[in-house]
Amino acid sequence: MSAAASRQYDDIPGTVVFDARRSRQGYALNMFCMSLNDAANRDAFRVDEAAYLDRYPLTAEQRRCVLERDWLGLLHVGGNIYYTFKLAATDGMSMQQLAAKQVGVPEDEYVTMMLAGGRNPDGNRYVGERERADRG
Amino acid sequence: MAEVVGGVASSHIPAVGVAIDRGRKAEPYWAPYFAKLPPMQEWVRELVPDAAVVVYNDHASAFSLQLIPTFAIGTAVEFPIADEGFGRRPVPAVQGHPELAWHLAESLILDEFDITIVNEMEVDHGLTVPMSLMFAEPAEWPCPVVPLCVNVVQYPPPTGNRCFNLGKAIRRAIDSYPGAERVLVVGTGGMSHQLQGERAGLVNEAWDHRFLDLLVGEPEQAAAIGHVEYLREAGSEGIELVMWLVMRGALDAEVREVYRATHVPTSNTHNGVLVLENSGGGPFP
Repeated sequence: MSAAASRQYDDIPGTVVFDARRSRQGYALNMFCMSLNDAANRDAFRVDEAAYLDRYPLTAEQRRCVLERDWLGLLHVGGNIYYTFKLAATDGMSMQQLAAKQVGVPEDEYVTMMLAGGRNPDGNRYVGERERADRG
Repeated sequence: MAEVVGGVASSHIPAVGVAIDRGRKAEPYWAPYFAKLPPMQEWVRELVPDAAVVVYNDHASAFSLQLIPTFAIGTAVEFPIADEGFGRRPVPAVQGHPELAWHLAESLILDEFDITIVNEMEVDHGLTVPMSLMFAEPAEWPCPVVPLCVNVVQYPPPTGNRCFNLGKAIRRAIDSYPGAERVLVVGTGGMSHQLQGERAGLVNEAWDHRFLDLLVGEPEQAAAIGHVEYLREAGSEGIELVMWLVMRGALDAEVREVYRATHVPTSNTHNGVLVLENSGGGPFP
């Protein structure tokens, strides 16, 4: 099966698979995030975020997503969740807090959903699945 | 000759490491999960393995996008604990087993698994959280470890079938090792979870239990599950379950399920632990 034919995952809703397209797009962005594994780099980034970002050849949109902490946007400009989490951790966030931000709901609402068993896969497997079900 | 004496599979959720390191295990959120672990911990304690092969994935700690080995084996004497962006876990450095690791590397490569050899590597929560779950909080870990990394960050990870066959090759390597080590094989990651996008928080308990049933009793069927099914049914990060197939491949074709426990939620995850013993009937053909 060719790689293109295997990209059947593009019809999974709310899911940005980190494949070749995103990896190429997000290399510099993710390598910036990787640099935050170093405590001295985290400090330098906190002191002057814009100047720190100048070290990486980011696109204007990638730069905006970092500076504005557009967590969902970061995924769509090539960010990988394990990398963008390093930025979130630098801000003192947990993975659960980051998840709630991406979903776009208050943290307590997200936590309540998880405590109730998590997001149900029913209705969340295919783009448009719910709309089709509603139409019967 | 060395011997595979059993298998453990466990999720490797970083928040579990935080709960352990900050003494939160008794808190209401955490206590029900930690209460499910003693049967596994007692089994490991009685087993007293001489070494463990721990199959895990690096989360942008030792490897970045600069270099992405699909399979890598750590041959170092010692593996320091990584700073993943929020400081280092206060756990002991992991002691390696260079002689066994190099034997595995040589055997696997000649067996046509072209694994990357890593002489210097820091290890992250993917490896250290299962260590904490199995061995609690010792001053030193009770046995040396051969870390075996599987890429699951950059899509596509290796197929489940490839991971299953890697496990079989690990078994052949351990069976041919001249030492007398009794080796525990550990698969980590999973179960269903999604950390990214608007679908974050996905949990699919029914799918996970079907996976566990297949992994134990019909592993060829578990190995045949394709990437798109993992992504769709178990969430984009649930695909880590392919690493459990490495463990399964290293065990006998027939196994006894000693213990299974799962818990929802742990952070964003359906958290699972599984203990398998060899039937004595021998490895997969």
